[in-house]
Amino acid sequence: MARAPDETVTAPADAGEARERTFGSVGKPIRRVDARGKVTGETRFADDLSMPGMLFMKLTRSSVPHARILSVDATRALALPGVRAVLTGKEFPVPYGILPVSQDENALCTDKVRFVGDPVAAVVAVDELTAEEGARLVEVRYEPLPTIGSAEEALAHPEPQIHAYGKGNVHRSVAFDFGDVPGAIARAPHVFEDSFFYQGNTHLALEQHATLAYVDPNGLLTIASSTQVPHYLHRAATKVLGLPPARVRIIAPPQGGGFGGKTDPFNHEIVAGKAALVTGRPVKIALTREEVFFCHRGRHPVQMRMRTGVDSKGRILGHSVETLLDGGAYGSYGMASLHYTGALETVTYRMDRYRFRGCRTFTNKPPCGPKRGHGTPQPRFGLEVQIDKICEKLGLDPAQWRIDNAVPPDSLTANWMKVGTIGLVACLEAVVQASGWKERRGKLGRGRGLGIASSSYMCGAGHPIYFNDMPHSGVQLLLDRGGGVTAYCGSTEVGQGSDNVLALLVAEVLGIEPRDVKLVTGDTHLAPVDLGSYSSRVTLMMGNAAIEAAERARDRLAIAAAAKLGIPPERVGFGGGRVFDVSDPATGMSFAEAVQRAEGAGGTVGTVGSYRAPPPPARYKGGGVGPSPAYSYSAAVVEVEADESTGIVRPVKIWVAHDIGRSLNPVAVRGQVVGSVYMGLGEALMEEQAFKRLPPRLSSALVHLGPSMLDYKSPTSLDMPEVACFLVEDPEPAGPFGAKEVGQGPLLPIPPALANAVHDALGVRVDEVPISPEKVMAALRSPSRRFGPEGFPEVPWPEPLDVPPPWEGGDGNARNEPPKPPRKARSEGTKP
Amino acid sequence: MMRLPRFRYHAPRQLGEAAAILADLGAEAAPLAGGTDLLPNMKRRQQTPANVVGLRGIEALSARSGDPARGLTLGAMSRLGALERDGQLLVAWPALARAAGLVASPPIRSQATLGGNLCLDTRCSYYDQTEEWRAAIGYCMKREGEVCWVAPGSPRCWAVSSSDTAPVLCALGAEVTLTSRAGDRRIAVSELFADDGMAYLTRKPGEILSAIHLPAPKAGERATYQKLRRRGSVDFPVLGVAARVRLGAGGAVEEARIVLGAVGSRPQEAAEASRFLVGKRLAEPEVIAEAARLASQVAKPMQNTDFGLSWRKQATREYAARALRELAG
Repeated sequence: MARAPDETVTAPADAGEARERTFGSVGKPIRRVDARGKVTGETRFADDLSMPGMLFMKLTRSSVPHARILSVDATRALALPGVRAVLTGKEFPVPYGILPVSQDENALCTDKVRFVGDPVAAVVAVDELTAEEGARLVEVRYEPLPTIGSAEEALAHPEPQIHAYGKGNVHRSVAFDFGDVPGAIARAPHVFEDSFFYQGNTHLALEQHATLAYVDPNGLLTIASSTQVPHYLHRAATKVLGLPPARVRIIAPPQGGGFGGKTDPFNHEIVAGKAALVTGRPVKIALTREEVFFCHRGRHPVQMRMRTGVDSKGRILGHSVETLLDGGAYGSYGMASLHYTGALETVTYRMDRYRFRGCRTFTNKPPCGPKRGHGTPQPRFGLEVQIDKICEKLGLDPAQWRIDNAVPPDSLTANWMKVGTIGLVACLEAVVQASGWKERRGKLGRGRGLGIASSSYMCGAGHPIYFNDMPHSGVQLLLDRGGGVTAYCGSTEVGQGSDNVLALLVAEVLGIEPRDVKLVTGDTHLAPVDLGSYSSRVTLMMGNAAIEAAERARDRLAIAAAAKLGIPPERVGFGGGRVFDVSDPATGMSFAEAVQRAEGAGGTVGTVGSYRAPPPPARYKGGGVGPSPAYSYSAAVVEVEADESTGIVRPVKIWVAHDIGRSLNPVAVRGQVVGSVYMGLGEALMEEQAFKRLPPRLSSALVHLGPSMLDYKSPTSLDMPEVACFLVEDPEPAGPFGAKEVGQGPLLPIPPALANAVHDALGVRVDEVPISPEKVMAALRSPSRRFGPEGFPEVPWPEPLDVPPPWEGGDGNARNEPPKPPRKARSEGTKP
Repeated sequence: MMRLPRFRYHAPRQLGEAAAILADLGAEAAPLAGGTDLLPNMKRRQQTPANVVGLRGIEALSARSGDPARGLTLGAMSRLGALERDGQLLVAWPALARAAGLVASPPIRSQATLGGNLCLDTRCSYYDQTEEWRAAIGYCMKREGEVCWVAPGSPRCWAVSSSDTAPVLCALGAEVTLTSRAGDRRIAVSELFADDGMAYLTRKPGEILSAIHLPAPKAGERATYQKLRRRGSVDFPVLGVAARVRLGAGGAVEEARIVLGAVGSRPQEAAEASRFLVGKRLAEPEVIAEAARLASQVAKPMQNTDFGLSWRKQATREYAARALRELAG
């Protein structure tokens, strides 16, 4: 292995001007601005918040999976000493939901419950134990309804309908033809058809959701909550509570992980707000781990069928993906999740034609939603495993196949995704070389093997969740006379390092230290809107807004300093806490003096910056999911030991390379890469959000298999192998100083690379995750040497949208829907 | 956060005082050792004793006497985290040190005790759940309900003995002292357990498990413990194989005892496998294969732990073989 672990790879393309630039703090492995508080335990998470006179809230949750609510009787609960209020669904008639098209939740259930854990009442009391005891005293009478336990059951049983919208229990189905795929497959010399299943799993953030709501002396309702999306929570809370937006403030304290699990507005957050209004006292709720499993919004269980036609060299002539999603009881992000099971299929490998069919169903289980990789790890698993099979059949090296078929930079893909920089080949080369792939694969002996996979992810969704023409992120700066800078942004620090990125970028532009930038983030009252910590959008979108705001401040300081120095403003440089003449760096002044001079010349120095993603070329309906200003790429080689006598698979070592564009802080980037690998391994090997159904004769219960950190198996540190991490740097013009995302992408190649490694080790295919020992043993015993779904359910697909790929003409519209008017060009805050 | 229910806490300083409290309160009281089993169960309302008798103040329960030559007596409050690093154990009873070190995770082992691990409540995926979860299935016979969900037609509870140290102590032929107001009684560890998921201990309500007695190892004796679980830490066993053999001068097995954990409501003696081994040589692979096959026959896993039961049954054979290969080797 020639390359030492953990090094930065500079892509050959990286010879441009951006590289010549010298940086202050960018690119250096410096301590995060929020590190000290976290390491010393001083950071105050939502559950650390406490106020005098605070009351505690607990929710009475449904004990049945599907029923009409006949009555809710709070008499006994209200009679319990210490209980101050009981709220029920009657107080929450206004529905909400994260997506405008799925406003299907009530903060407390009104007429129906849809899964075990759906909240029916809230009890507010003087302490948590009394609230818990009170919650058990709320008497709910149900009229049980038949339950829908799986996607197939949802297809088979349109009645009883879990929701009044959708078709039966199909939430939504979509169909797209990007060229004639059946024709391409019919003409292809080799056709591969595979069925896969990707089990659902949950985020398992260490921090459980907690909320503190209070009304301040001026009547402002404040909800401090572990949320990744304070802006969207603000919209949902004002809608449900019927308050003017200016009278509601959302604070998102630092969080102990989100991963998409805190990206919906949640019932307990809104109910706590109502309880504070009703009681006039601060109200706190801290969810138990079991309740977090009920919040869920995690990875959808997805059944898949992939049909791929390739030519004799393995080049993809036509690729067809069908997905069937088990969505759980509510819409959540499901419409987006559904599209994501098809949208990013085209951005890694060249394919001439592409066909996608997707269907999301409702079931009586906690709702699924976005988890790290949102909807894309499932089809990524299928695609990467199928490519391994294609290469096996055609005698090709799967690493070389990926290099040969990588989408070239600056491409428009079959489904009209515009990709800019692509570090895929450099990622593949890095892991191939470091792992000794060419020398070692297939030669490690029985029970040991190597597998490879690669992937791509977005750097922020191209559209906000609700339609509007405002920025996706705004940053406001205030420069003070002491040389300090305060940065205001609604961005939310969930542990990923967004606060550090904000301080770093502002400091970089102004030539000061990141720790001299004070931050006001995660507060809808004090900072401009940032849409939230989801879709890997913050570094790119907030980052570009921060740079714009800082450049505007720098321009003002440069003018004032230039006047003092008697030079043109273009000659003013910033660095080391000084403002100076670049042709005579010894001549200059402190940064503080430059601020004072600017303030004296033009008044208070405050600037703003904002960012909005460029309009995507995809014009067809549904083409709004998938476009992004930039795409990151990842590749991984996984080495496993697989025990033939038990089926136990143990990862031995993982080599992972990530195309980061540019590392703003390589230590933080590596942390995200290794964290993604860890999460991907959990999904690949053991994690399951699975349910148990009891016989109808006895109780008909449909319950979570084990809603605890003991029973929900997530790897421990002893299950984690060594990870060698490589960062590929090829600055992306759309990113701040060339940076791309790293929060989600590196998870994606891990499950398929592990499945491919199991095949290398034992010669068997496990076409579903998690790859448990039972499944490996079943595959070893099967004549087909395979374990996985047999076929794909019959799904009634809608009429497909007919969208020719770019190379077959067309303009990104569907032929069979009315064309959309051309988009207005935007200038404000949008980087070229 | 999950809260403990309300209860009265007793803090005796003497063993006799604790025994008297327990005698007076009977089934209304639960002894509290390390708390790593009882307290989570109370938070989930699986157990709601009105009285909790804390044993931490009783010095006698942490006492220790003897040595490898005479046998060792350990107080029931000996912490697992100390036992896994105990010099005498590592030399003379390494299987017990290993089993202690494989329980749960380091923070839990720093609190958990040997006596507590022996008395560990039997476990079941229908029982080790919160009050609300159990309410959703209509409870089970081990607590508040009527049915055993594992085997709905069964008159008994099939919750699983999930102690790591119990099978090892059975295989070693260890004994325990049970102290009550009436005095002490000393029984074999294997007699401490009953084959019932609910009444899984022969300990009476007024009794405190006060000491564990390890017999001195004989010449040629070796023992081991193999644990199967999903993850490298934290998890309870889905299978434990404890095995002890005494080899004669010629290398033949003169005495053997194999005990399986987590495949029944009590530690399961693999008596036939143990008998088969006597007079045989562990160096012969077919001897190990046959003994492992015989041992796996006593495993009666049910679908109430992690992993599927047929796989657990298969794995029993493999893990029994591993344990015996380790002893051969």
